Amino acid sequence: MSQPEPQATASETGSRRTDAKASWSETLGSLGPIVGLVMLCIVGTLLNGDFATPDNLMNVLTRTAFIGIIAVGMCFVIILGGIDLSVGSMAALIAGCVIMFMNWAGPALGSPLLAVLLGAGLAVLLGAGFGLIHGLLISKGRIEPFIVTLGTLGIFRAYLTYFADGGALTLSNNLADLYAPVYYGSALGVPVPVWVFLLVALVGALILNKTAYGRYVQAIGSNETVARYAAVDVDRIKILTYMLLGTCVGIATLLYVPRLGSASPTTGLLWELEAIASVIVGGAALKGGSGSIVGTVIGAILLSVISNILNLTSIISVYLNAAVQGFVIITVAFLQKGRR
Amino acid sequence: MNRRNVLKSTIAALAFSAALPAFAADPVNLGVSIPAATHSFMGGINYWANQAKKDLEAAHKDLKITIRTAANATEQANQLQDLSSVNKINALVVFPFESAALTRPVANVKAKGAYVTVVDRGLTDTAAQDAYVAGDNTAFGKIPAEYIAKTLGGKGNVVALRGIPTTLDTERMDAFTGVLKAYPDIKLLDAKFANWNRDDAFKVTQDFLTRFKEIDAFWAADDDMAFGAMRAIEQAGRKDIKLIFGGAGAKDMVKVILDGSDPRIGANVSYSPKFIYDAIKLTAEARLKGEKLPATTIIPSVLIDKANAKDFYYADSPF
Repeated sequence: MSQPEPQATASETGSRRTDAKASWSETLGSLGPIVGLVMLCIVGTLLNGDFATPDNLMNVLTRTAFIGIIAVGMCFVIILGGIDLSVGSMAALIAGCVIMFMNWAGPALGSPLLAVLLGAGLAVLLGAGFGLIHGLLISKGRIEPFIVTLGTLGIFRAYLTYFADGGALTLSNNLADLYAPVYYGSALGVPVPVWVFLLVALVGALILNKTAYGRYVQAIGSNETVARYAAVDVDRIKILTYMLLGTCVGIATLLYVPRLGSASPTTGLLWELEAIASVIVGGAALKGGSGSIVGTVIGAILLSVISNILNLTSIISVYLNAAVQGFVIITVAFLQKGRR
Repeated sequence: MNRRNVLKSTIAALAFSAALPAFAADPVNLGVSIPAATHSFMGGINYWANQAKKDLEAAHKDLKITIRTAANATEQANQLQDLSSVNKINALVVFPFESAALTRPVANVKAKGAYVTVVDRGLTDTAAQDAYVAGDNTAFGKIPAEYIAKTLGGKGNVVALRGIPTTLDTERMDAFTGVLKAYPDIKLLDAKFANWNRDDAFKVTQDFLTRFKEIDAFWAADDDMAFGAMRAIEQAGRKDIKLIFGGAGAKDMVKVILDGSDPRIGANVSYSPKFIYDAIKLTAEARLKGEKLPATTIIPSVLIDKANAKDFYYADSPF
């Protein structure tokens, strides 16, 4: 659904037969994650009847929401040809800052509700701000995204550890109770985080496929030099894209904080790899240029489903859980190799 | 002051003067090498190490303590080299990041003449150390099992949340299942790794709750995991769980026991990061007197319940 323009142009100029063949293999390839997910769900249901219950499916979707929302932002960055290794640490630091702010603002402002609302705003602002710093360093500072975000990965987590004094930052009880429905509440039988996830994914898909900005992101990822000659303001697009990812991290953190009401230095460990894996399993190319939001969403759900199934059964040695996840990721990537 | 107290203080005074060395011992330059504060427990280790430096340096003018924190095994090995060659330490208290990887570097420090006390995670070759101080991991698994079995009256369904796959975790789990063998009517439904992490514990617990309709007790082998598990139990609205047993005596959990605010949490097992404080104190004071420590000192893990909870509540510690 979001093939970059240069490729699309190439297939248009091809003969009708190769055109049909290409689109057939492409369709098969793009079905990889869906085929993988359906197969996993069948396996899950066979292994444990409780897998297919609405409660369990909602649990899985809700816990996917954090990584999924971050992965939507990550999808843009990867299509742009960039990477962000810091999102897990960033989420942890934002969670810590928001908790500290709310704990201070609750008594100081005299209104817990106001404290929670301002804290929520702060999360998104902080995310966008961190993204802006990344974007500036990468575009204006001309430093590799891998290096910039590898640096901030350490910086963000170290500051959280410092603020938490090596322990955990915990939201005071009255605020936690007020804030809890954001994670635990539901509308029309669907938990709030799932609605937010859906909304972020929809908006993400619209931006990627229907706006000029979205086309520029794909163009830069396909060939940055050509995009520059085509008068695309590459620096501005890059900064905006990292800010978009930061905003997504902020939104994910908003949903994360009410779940446990605390942030510790282990919060968000390895989320960056889960988010990147979701995008790649969902069919994006790590070198940039192509990728889709729908694929990313399916990729994220697929990763959660694996660990859910492993928890619902005990046929495989617990020591091998990570191996099972690795096998499934590689298999799904293989199923859709036609796209790369 | 009654006679018994007079007697007691006299003995104490005598013991104190007897402990004073006849000759002035060399000043002790003690290095402390510990992992960085990346999770609550290590936060506690860092807090107690710094506390020991503060208390002991104030008490002994011949003592200098240098603390180094490392983010991984390689960094710790480098720091050990620096402590030995740059800081010229003559005593070392080390909490190794990994057992095998740090054995050689610690042996090098000892070969240069420093007295070495190893804490908690042991080395693969004990020749590299002079003394070993550790918490009791067997008791850490045994005490919860005994408490759960007793409280459930020898009958019920139990699930367990384990830490990160390591020998230490295996030792605890083996001790736990070992006790349950004596109670055939207690069924350990399953045990999964939740990596000593709240988020992972939340997810694993959600899935346990989906899978098992009747659970009487949770053993979350660390208080961080117990917090995650409790949130998931609350969310599912499950009333069948009668017992949640964490571990390591995090201050928030000890507070719950002290206040009796949650009937499901009646007890915990101590595994306080304070043992680093004890290890530093024992090493420093022994070396100041020119003495050695016993080869192995096990800081006992004991049951924390309402009766003794106040002795395990450290309000200032981050853990």
